[in-house]
Amino acid sequence: MTSQLATLVPTQLVHLSAVDIVIVVFYFVLVLSIGWYLKGRSNTGEDFFMAGREMTAWVAGLSFLSANLGALELMGWAGSAYQYGILATHWYWIGAIPAMLFLALVMMPFYYISKTHSVPGYLKLRFGEPSRALSAVSFAFMTVLMSGVNMFAMAKVMQIVLGWDINFSIWVSSLTVAIYVTLGGLRSAIFNEVLQFFLIWAGALLIPILGLYEAGGWTNLKARILLNLTEQHMANPGSYTHLWSTLGNFGDNPMGINWVGIVFGLGAIISMGYWTTDFLVVQRILAAKDIRSAEMAPIIGAGFKMFVPIIVILPGLIGLAVLPEKLVPESVAAVTGAHSYNDVLPLMLARYCGPGLLGLGVTALIAGFMSGMAGNVSAFTTVWTYDIYRPLFNSKASDHHYVNMGRWTTIIGVLISVGTAYLVMQFASIMDYVQALFSFFIAPLFGTVVLGMLWKRATSAGGFWGLLCGTITSIGMWTWVKLDPTALRYVALSPHAKGLAQDMFQALWSFIVCVIVTVTVSLATKPIPDGQLTGLVYGLTEIPSVGDVPLYQKPLFWAAVVTVVFFILNIIFW
Amino acid sequence: MISIWFFIGISLAFNGALILSAGIYQLVYPPANPGVVLFNLHAGVWWGATLLLVGLIYCFKFAPRRHS
Repeated sequence: MTSQLATLVPTQLVHLSAVDIVIVVFYFVLVLSIGWYLKGRSNTGEDFFMAGREMTAWVAGLSFLSANLGALELMGWAGSAYQYGILATHWYWIGAIPAMLFLALVMMPFYYISKTHSVPGYLKLRFGEPSRALSAVSFAFMTVLMSGVNMFAMAKVMQIVLGWDINFSIWVSSLTVAIYVTLGGLRSAIFNEVLQFFLIWAGALLIPILGLYEAGGWTNLKARILLNLTEQHMANPGSYTHLWSTLGNFGDNPMGINWVGIVFGLGAIISMGYWTTDFLVVQRILAAKDIRSAEMAPIIGAGFKMFVPIIVILPGLIGLAVLPEKLVPESVAAVTGAHSYNDVLPLMLARYCGPGLLGLGVTALIAGFMSGMAGNVSAFTTVWTYDIYRPLFNSKASDHHYVNMGRWTTIIGVLISVGTAYLVMQFASIMDYVQALFSFFIAPLFGTVVLGMLWKRATSAGGFWGLLCGTITSIGMWTWVKLDPTALRYVALSPHAKGLAQDMFQALWSFIVCVIVTVTVSLATKPIPDGQLTGLVYGLTEIPSVGDVPLYQKPLFWAAVVTVVFFILNIIFW
Repeated sequence: MISIWFFIGISLAFNGALILSAGIYQLVYPPANPGVVLFNLHAGVWWGATLLLVGLIYCFKFAPRRHS
């Protein structure tokens, strides 16, 4: 979405009243006040980088979810729902829930017991310094660039929706984030993410409520969508309201994807990679106060994640039913001046929300963006300080020195992000490359980490070469399709495959290559002695008990509840 | 230490009060051209009241003295 936004012609969608502006300003005052209040509680490394490891399951869980629930995520997936229908829900259900539960029940105990500060830190413990260096440098570099890309995209959205100057949006939001993260560290970022979670729901929930009322309920909504799409001569109009029944063939649904790509590419690889190894989200769980909280946090996140489609997917579907105009792709919108798919959420906001409610909706978008940026910056700061600066440049400094390094890195990280935002402003195509680069590392990193946790025979050389070869495979396929778009038929195994299918199958192949190389090299190299793997690998680690608690407080119980609801929802919307 | 839930309560209560006030104003003095669909439902009134109520409950339940 972000790359497409760069080409948009600015047209103001909504106008804020005085009460709306007061609500927006109050949000900025509140987040800065929280940062100021917490500044005295981030004096040690554990406080600044890990929030003192004292977050409750609810705070860690909502923050974990919130770090992913950015404004561009909301607007982008609402636009995807308008474009592809209910199929976009897969990214919230099978593309998230199994991975979150897997993180909670299988992987989190190892992250938590090892007391690592980061995911690259775990790789250091399990596979040695080369794997950590490869992972840390790529993550730090890409995180700060992604932050800049998102910053520009959000400033562009603010220009389109509200008519705000791009420079104003970039500097006000980035300085605010820099101030509150520098003052309060990860604790400040987490507190503001939880606040953002509530603001997003408060600001966005009214749209589906009023939208369903206007459409006449879910059954009438589906009928209106079918009628509108049939009148527009869209192919397979019925597929816009079914999750699984049209995934038998690539050509039967608007996404151009089949169930193999969704189940194995998205559900088993991409989402597993993102939710279990992307330090941006995992860092929130590492801040949990005990093992039970660390396991419960992703389960709480999963429970709420299942219902996020109410405020993201449903507005897109309602847009299909009630908007009088037909939204178009970004490339067409840039030429014709019509509204694009990605405008659907602001359009629905403007359709239903009067004074005050509009300000809250806009605040939700701003809060989403700032929390996402704070998440990127706090994760970057930790990885830079603990996984790059300390091992490679200064391993014997005091804790106070590393905290100061963290504060300065926060400011520098924000400035690099601002620089990237201005670079993107000049060269829009950079967005495509930055986003693609980020995706290269996710699937192979998951292969490396999960093999490291579950297979004691995996060696340091196996881990490093598997990660490297998986990443190169991903880059190679992306380059191949970029140079020759017809190559997609080979990557995704079908001539009917479309862009999203490429992401799924690219991830699948790079994961498979990573696993094959890791296993082959490991079997050809000397095993690591069992004694060195205690606390890091399944079978050599005593998994700590969550304590003698009632059934309703056990992570396994709630994971089972979430799983049952997950299946019921998929069957209902089959 | 002040609980995060208290800050959330402040945010919801403040925003709820403003939205409720704006909603009541529009209820008493309806604009000639409301500019929004389903204006007759006066969403600002009941949504603002809901946020205000939830916010006040959070503020009370997690007030610094009471919580500590």
